[in-house]
Amino acid sequence: MSDDKSAAAYWSANVRVITICLIIWALVSFGFAILLRPLLAMLPITIGGTDLGFWFAQQGSILTFIVLIFYYTWYMNRVDREFGVDEE
Amino acid sequence: MSQFTLNLIVVGGSFALYIGIAIWARAGTTSDFYTASRGVNPIVNGAATAADWMSAASFISMAGLIAFVGYGNSTFLMGWTGGYVLLALLLAPYLRKFGRFTVPEFIGDRFYSQTARIVAVVCLLVCSITYVIGQMTGAGVAFSRFLEVQNTTGLLIAAAVVFIYAVLGGMKGITYTQLAQYCVLITAYTIPAVFISLQLTNNPIPPLGLFSTHAESGLPLLTKLDQVLTELGFHDYTGHHHSMLNMVLFTMSLMIGTAGLPHVIIRFFTVPKVADARKSAGWALVFIALLYLTAPAVGAMARLNIITTIYPDGTAAEPIRYDERPDWMRSWEQTGLLAFEDKNDDGRIQYYNDQSEEFAAIAEERGWQGNEIVTFNQDILVLANPEIAQLPPWVLALIAAGGLAAALSTAAGLLLAISSAISHDLLKSVFMPRITDKQELVAARISMAFAIALATYLGLNPPGFAAQVVALAFGLAAATLFPALMLGIFSKKMNTAGAVTGMLVGLIVTLLYIFTYLGWLFIPGTNMLPNSEEYWLFGISPLSFGAIGALLNFIAAYIVMKLTADPPEHIQELVESIRVPRGAGGAVDH
Repeated sequence: MSDDKSAAAYWSANVRVITICLIIWALVSFGFAILLRPLLAMLPITIGGTDLGFWFAQQGSILTFIVLIFYYTWYMNRVDREFGVDEE
Repeated sequence: MSQFTLNLIVVGGSFALYIGIAIWARAGTTSDFYTASRGVNPIVNGAATAADWMSAASFISMAGLIAFVGYGNSTFLMGWTGGYVLLALLLAPYLRKFGRFTVPEFIGDRFYSQTARIVAVVCLLVCSITYVIGQMTGAGVAFSRFLEVQNTTGLLIAAAVVFIYAVLGGMKGITYTQLAQYCVLITAYTIPAVFISLQLTNNPIPPLGLFSTHAESGLPLLTKLDQVLTELGFHDYTGHHHSMLNMVLFTMSLMIGTAGLPHVIIRFFTVPKVADARKSAGWALVFIALLYLTAPAVGAMARLNIITTIYPDGTAAEPIRYDERPDWMRSWEQTGLLAFEDKNDDGRIQYYNDQSEEFAAIAEERGWQGNEIVTFNQDILVLANPEIAQLPPWVLALIAAGGLAAALSTAAGLLLAISSAISHDLLKSVFMPRITDKQELVAARISMAFAIALATYLGLNPPGFAAQVVALAFGLAAATLFPALMLGIFSKKMNTAGAVTGMLVGLIVTLLYIFTYLGWLFIPGTNMLPNSEEYWLFGISPLSFGAIGALLNFIAAYIVMKLTADPPEHIQELVESIRVPRGAGGAVDH
């Protein structure tokens, strides 16, 4: 890390991507699978004879979680290199 | 060859493998013993974490837990996987960068306080010891069911095997046995699931089968299941029948609790780099998802299968005669997990919801006098799967080895968390700071032996609260350790007073809330209020309270931090340094 300014910029880039990932994390689980399920059920989409919310509760949220972690890993590896703080 | 001999060969073979690994992966230093010298490949660590995480309960009970409730218990699926997102994004990379051996060590150093470290040790011990009791009893039950020995004997054999590889190899031995245990348990879980899915839906992949067409009726599988369940007075499988608030809070408590459980966190200390810690969490979730996506499919299919077996001509027609029931029902009746009672003496098995008031009229009209499957243990859905799917006996033997692998791998991880807290956080840091690395390694091995003895004792004499302990472990991990760890990383100004107050508030409030409804130390009859929705504060179930405890922890810590002095300069620099990955390799030894 060259100076305090780039340390702060690195950290805020990290916090930004964490916030975005956690919004999606909450949306698919607490949102689509539970609280917003009645809304999703109004969409004309069914999956395996039931509504989208049920799918999110039993599969969709888990698959999204996996994608989120790998996305974060990929993104942060890039940011680490950009700020020169990756592990040599 | 009899089923018993086959079970003995498969289980014995898997144990020989674990012990062989232990001899190969002996620990030579404390770094080996606590963190496998941080040389574990991130994908291997992912598989080991998955085995560490998935307990006997995940393996044996999860499918049934979902099958008998349906949509409402999706909370377990989301809660026990969503925590890995929190781990990967908020904790694992920074704790790996910090580069020490235990969770309390981070809390002690970051909050520059022996008090903070000891409070963290207490929280860790309460979480991990309550959790390990269930694993030991689970191993005992699995042994007695498959190898026809007494529960006690089974538990002692399990303890002896764990003793060999955990005392000898520490984290190094545990890591590679967990890898082997993951392979055993996932194979055992998947094979019968694939065949059941093929039989019911012609789709060999169970998670896809769950959302495809039921071959016999031509309806979507879930539609068919909803239909037969409601025809028998049960509530529909996909419907929403629970309080939304408790579903959200319970899921949240499981997620935060997962991320805060020390035996899971320490797995991420074993990888070489910070970037590996992130990646490893992703792989862990992939390996966990293989089982967690299969479990709800197994559950739904097995439940449908059982109903169509009992009502071969549809729910409107007569159920099967008792003496014509399939063989697997006969064999599981002998274990007591399944029991019938011919209440109306018609020689047939009526299976329906006799608690449903709407259905009572129909039942009376058909001359039914109560549900005749009087015992229907949820574990049967997994245990009897190979027989329901008419698979050869070696598949059942594999299930036995898989259930034991799940119990042993989780027990070993917990025991390491317990023993390293004792030898490293109490002995080395508080009582005998001058001991050498060699002496500490001996101390770590003795602590491990002590932890195994304690877990065995508690497994043999389980306190009456065995069923509630998992909720307690998650609630406390969520309310105490997770907020302290997260604040230590994300708030540079968080100080000793704030963190300690937060942990204590989380610990005390959560314990009080759980004990108020479930009894002091879970002793029946000592609860101050009945454990039912109308008495719960704002309708929040004690099992869902961990999320509230965590929130109170955050608030208390923040307020106290504002009122007290900032942490010293070198601590703020420490926080700066754990936030960046560079230099993780150099922080290994200390």
